[in-house]
Amino acid sequence: MITESLVLSALLFVLGTFGVLIRRNAIIMFLCIELQLNAVNLSFVALSRLWGIDGQVFVFFVMTVAAAEAAVGLAIIISIFRHYETVNVNNFNLLKW
Amino acid sequence: MTGLLESIGYSDWALHALIWLPILGMGLVLWAEERRAKHVALWCSLAVFGLSLGLWWAFDGTSGEIQLGSSVPWIDAWGVSYSLGVDGISLFMVLLTTFTTPLAVLGSFNYIKKRERAFYALMLLLEAGVVGVFVATDLFLFYIFFELTLVPMYFIVGIWGGERRIYAAIKFFLYTAFGSLLMLVGILYLFYKAKLLLGFPTFAFADLLRVPLTTSEQLWLFSAFALAFSVKVPVFPFHTWLPDAHVEAPTPGSVILAAVLLKMGTYGFLRFLLPFFPAAAQHPTVITTMLVLGVIGILYTAWVAAVQPDAKKLVAYTSVAHMGFVVLGIFALTVNGLQGGLVVMISHGVSTGALFLLLGMLYERRHTREIESFGGLARVAPWFATAFVITALASIGLPGTSGFVGEFLALLGTFETHRTLAVIATLGVIFAAYYMLPMVQKVFFNELDKPSNREIPDLTGREKLILAPMVAAMIVIGWYPTPILSRMEPSVRVVLERVEGASAADASASTGGGARAVDVAAPAEDPEQIQAQEGL
Amino acid sequence: MHVTLWMMPLVGAQETHAAESAAFEPFFPGLVILLPLIGFAINGLLALRHATASAAAVRAGGELVLDGPTGRPPTHTLPSWVGPGVLLAAFVVTLVNFVRMLGVELHEPVVVEYWTWMATGTFHVAAALQLDQLSMVMMLVVTGVGFLIHVFSVGYMRDDPGYPRYFAYLNLFVFFMLVLVMGSSYPLMFVGWEGVGLCSYLLIGFWFSDREKSDAGKKAFIVNRIGDFGFLVAMFLLFVTFGTLDFVPVFGDSPQALAYGGGLVTAITLFLFLGAAGKSAQIPLYVWLPDAMAGPTPVSALIHAATMVTAGVYMVARSSVLFALSPAGSATVAGIGVLTALFAATIALKQNDIKKVLAYSTVSQLGYMFVGVGVGAYAAGIFHLMTHAFFKALLFLGSGAVIHAMHHALHHTHSHEDPQDMRNMGGLRRHMPITAAVMWIATLAIAGIWPFAGFFSKDEIIWQAAAFGGAEHAPYPGLYTAYWVIALAAAMLTAFYMTRLMVMTFHGSNRTGSEEERHLHEAPAVMWVPLAVLAALSLFGGWINVPEAISSSILGLGGGLPMGEWLHHWLEPVTASAHQIQEANLGELGHTAPVGGGEVLWALLSTAAAGLVVLVSVRVVGGWKVTPAARDVAPTGFGKILYNKWYVDELYDAVIVRPVVRVSRFCWKVVDAGIIDGLVNAVGYLARAFGFVGSLFQTGTVNTYAFILSLGVLFILGAVIF
Repeated sequence: MITESLVLSALLFVLGTFGVLIRRNAIIMFLCIELQLNAVNLSFVALSRLWGIDGQVFVFFVMTVAAAEAAVGLAIIISIFRHYETVNVNNFNLLKW
Repeated sequence: MTGLLESIGYSDWALHALIWLPILGMGLVLWAEERRAKHVALWCSLAVFGLSLGLWWAFDGTSGEIQLGSSVPWIDAWGVSYSLGVDGISLFMVLLTTFTTPLAVLGSFNYIKKRERAFYALMLLLEAGVVGVFVATDLFLFYIFFELTLVPMYFIVGIWGGERRIYAAIKFFLYTAFGSLLMLVGILYLFYKAKLLLGFPTFAFADLLRVPLTTSEQLWLFSAFALAFSVKVPVFPFHTWLPDAHVEAPTPGSVILAAVLLKMGTYGFLRFLLPFFPAAAQHPTVITTMLVLGVIGILYTAWVAAVQPDAKKLVAYTSVAHMGFVVLGIFALTVNGLQGGLVVMISHGVSTGALFLLLGMLYERRHTREIESFGGLARVAPWFATAFVITALASIGLPGTSGFVGEFLALLGTFETHRTLAVIATLGVIFAAYYMLPMVQKVFFNELDKPSNREIPDLTGREKLILAPMVAAMIVIGWYPTPILSRMEPSVRVVLERVEGASAADASASTGGGARAVDVAAPAEDPEQIQAQEGL
Repeated sequence: MHVTLWMMPLVGAQETHAAESAAFEPFFPGLVILLPLIGFAINGLLALRHATASAAAVRAGGELVLDGPTGRPPTHTLPSWVGPGVLLAAFVVTLVNFVRMLGVELHEPVVVEYWTWMATGTFHVAAALQLDQLSMVMMLVVTGVGFLIHVFSVGYMRDDPGYPRYFAYLNLFVFFMLVLVMGSSYPLMFVGWEGVGLCSYLLIGFWFSDREKSDAGKKAFIVNRIGDFGFLVAMFLLFVTFGTLDFVPVFGDSPQALAYGGGLVTAITLFLFLGAAGKSAQIPLYVWLPDAMAGPTPVSALIHAATMVTAGVYMVARSSVLFALSPAGSATVAGIGVLTALFAATIALKQNDIKKVLAYSTVSQLGYMFVGVGVGAYAAGIFHLMTHAFFKALLFLGSGAVIHAMHHALHHTHSHEDPQDMRNMGGLRRHMPITAAVMWIATLAIAGIWPFAGFFSKDEIIWQAAAFGGAEHAPYPGLYTAYWVIALAAAMLTAFYMTRLMVMTFHGSNRTGSEEERHLHEAPAVMWVPLAVLAALSLFGGWINVPEAISSSILGLGGGLPMGEWLHHWLEPVTASAHQIQEANLGELGHTAPVGGGEVLWALLSTAAAGLVVLVSVRVVGGWKVTPAARDVAPTGFGKILYNKWYVDELYDAVIVRPVVRVSRFCWKVVDAGIIDGLVNAVGYLARAFGFVGSLFQTGTVNTYAFILSLGVLFILGAVIF
């Protein structure tokens, strides 16, 4: 059971990672990051069967952070969109030397 | 006077006030209206100067010890304390700082047109930092003040400077910060040694002086400290930041830089290099290196100065030459040399400061500093020319001005121990005339042939007010330096005894004659004895 | 007694009486120095006031008119009284001191100390004045001749806009000159030494708008500083030897502390002499003095003839003990002196500018003074210094009167001819009889014709050179024979070039042009009266020191001259120590010249020869066809070399000036900007290069960062797992 859960978690995580690396749409990338977080959450929950309740506690932390991140991140994306009228990250390279 | 000072408990709070009053003033400046900022700054710096004058009487000129000392524990775990004090060496540096700051502030009234509040606030912060450097008697505190002075100066050059101000400001900052970082390593090592050998953590000068260091340790530490201070002085070949910084800095920045900031380096030589690492300071290679660098500084920069097309750059280079005399005097390790070096420091502060002010006034009138674009100014600006010529002469050490007293004593002191080098350095008096007189001639004499020069107004009342005390100081010190010299002498002797004590210890260690060391440790009164020691 | 500083000159401060019995009471010696300083302050403020007004006029696009309807402004009337007035007062105070000193036997100098100047613990020097016979002579010359020249200047400089500034500088000069001769220690002497150099710089470049004049002032200052370098080193050597630089202890200890003929004392004297050579325009540092003629002519008279340039002679005489201890040093002094005397005289032969002739003549006469002090005849050197001050000041002032007249004449016709060129003069005696007469007196004096002042002083120097060489244990005896011969030869040249000057200026036909000639006129009384006084001094001034042998011979009218060897005896206390050293080491001086013959015979011969030269050259030069400068052709052959001053200026320019400038440029462009700053900037560039490489990964695109991040994670994971 644990093995299947961890494999699923790993698959989701890799999926998320590739999403972040490949996709150019900020919203999609953002969703992929959420996917990564939830993949980790899944492995936390699964492993808590072996190691006790700690992993489940961590899941709550991660979810809190993810919620805060979603609020801030979406706000940033929206304000960027208002400015550039696009959410394609290729257009945002001001953080350059 | 002394009674009055005692009745108000002057010696208890004076030094603290000299640091904190400018900081308070800084607050006032920031709080004041933009157009009032300069007046607030002026009155504040004048108040600091008035306050510092009390030191003249409160200071006991017969003692060479640290006086007016007070200490408050600060970071106990590291043995850091907020402790202040002055001796005959720092006394005059403090007075020089408080004397030149109001003049520099007054000199910036027309020059500084933007962000006045920020500017004057930084000037006062700078004053606090510099005073702090000179009165700190705790190495940690000293280092903080030493680095603190960098920040306001960086902004003064970088914001109110000339065209290449960013380059100059960054060069100034990186150059000097690089030097002082090595010193920081040295300080930490010293601290670690002190903790190890004395058994308690401390940064206090008095404690650190008691740390026994081997000669090789001293040489390493000496090098680290010497590098930091040499950059600050600047000693050839670490001088190239100075012309850039001076040329780009606004007038008041140049004045403070030349008059005070450079002195922090030579002050460091006197305060740390000689007493903390006496064995290194006695080392013939070290001495010779420093003296040779001083001599090169005197001659080389005189030559370079002579061919500068920019008057301000010329004066900037002459600063290096003057500081060469200071280095020479200090590492001559004689009473005359040290006192001469100190007088050169004071004299250079006043005369070069005044030269920068004058050049600034010239720049305000013509918006150029190129020597060739002037000529015949004495005809339209006689007061200006008079002030400039007197200042230039003081700068090249004409007898009867402060420059002569310092250079003469420094060279005399050097000659006692290092004849050849002193003779070569004396050639500097020829080259001083070679760089200064053509510039004076091309600017103030010759024909008044350029139309734009005919319009130049003479000194205003405010400008006369700035220059008068400086010119007076040059002449008074030139004819009556005794009160200054007599107050320095005990402190200078303390430094020298410390250095000579080390050589005596070395001598007794090598010859095994303990009794003999006592004789040698006595202050050398006559030159033969000094030579005898050199022989040892 | 508590005395504030400013009162000190008035109350006399503390005096140290070295001699117990002597009752010499100095009469406010500080006042002698203070008076010119007060004059400087007053005139200086007037000058600044005038300059401010003039500057306002220039700014408005014009020039300030002096003689307006309201009359001359006070800035141009007050200095006429203040300038000479303070000098007269100082002269009177000096005279009182002199009379007091005459009345007592004074063997040790009286030192009046005012305040401690510099004191470091191991080195101490006071602001103190030394009054003794030597300084008294110098004070009299400086204030006396100085006063006459100030009076002359009132007339000469009347129309100059810089009138108050001129007197300010002149007063300041006298102040520093008095510090030089009255200071009781080497550093104080050095204050005066550089101070007079400064005033010389300011006065040479007095007409600073003229670039050439300004350059001349600068050259004088820089060349003088080369000499000052020697002075400084000599002071350092003295200090490490004696631990003090005060005259009294240094000279008191020298005979014990310094070995006769030792290396140390020779080094000290040579460095001192380097200083003297700079100030007194001797080879190789004489080049500034001819250029210094750019200044107003009274300045040339006061500074570059009578006082400042003789400071070197004074310094050697003051340090007589040291020089007596060093035969090599003394021989150098005399050798340089005699070479300079000859060398400058040859250049003077071919100069056409009246002041240039006098300038080279001064250099040449200064050479004689150094011969005097170099052969141990310190009194003779000072004697010649004094008589030279009289007749050379007279010559310069006379030439000033001539230039003044020429200038006015040329001014009337708006001619741009050179008013100083003798080729443009000729026949001026008909228009300026007084000037011509007094200048002839001075010419005869400088040529060494009996009974004028120069005869006694110059002849004594030449004779002393012979006598020194003939001493029992004379060092380098042959050398002194050469000195003697050269000195005699130079004396003949002197007689020739001076006669040439007089004849070209005052005799023959007039070459100014007929229109100009009508405007030539004699100088006003304020100018010729000082000339007359100086003429009297040039005539009788030599009688204060007639050697015994001469005095009793026909040349002394069989003892008829009143004062005998007065100056010699007067200076005896100052030179006694040097003479003792000399006697102990050299034995008795010679009594005959190297080729035989005694003092009287050679005196007779030389005055006769000089007289003959004067007479012959009057005829010869009178017969020349002199063409005015504008139409004259440049000299050729050897004359060209002399005309161009042996090309020494060109040589110095090529060997010293240009290389120094080139080295300076090299230091700046290559070493400073190239190597040192290059290295500093290279460090900066290196750091930036690293940064640049790193910044390539900084694309600004989130995906790149994320990709690199993932790679990093994979790398770490890999490292942990494997």
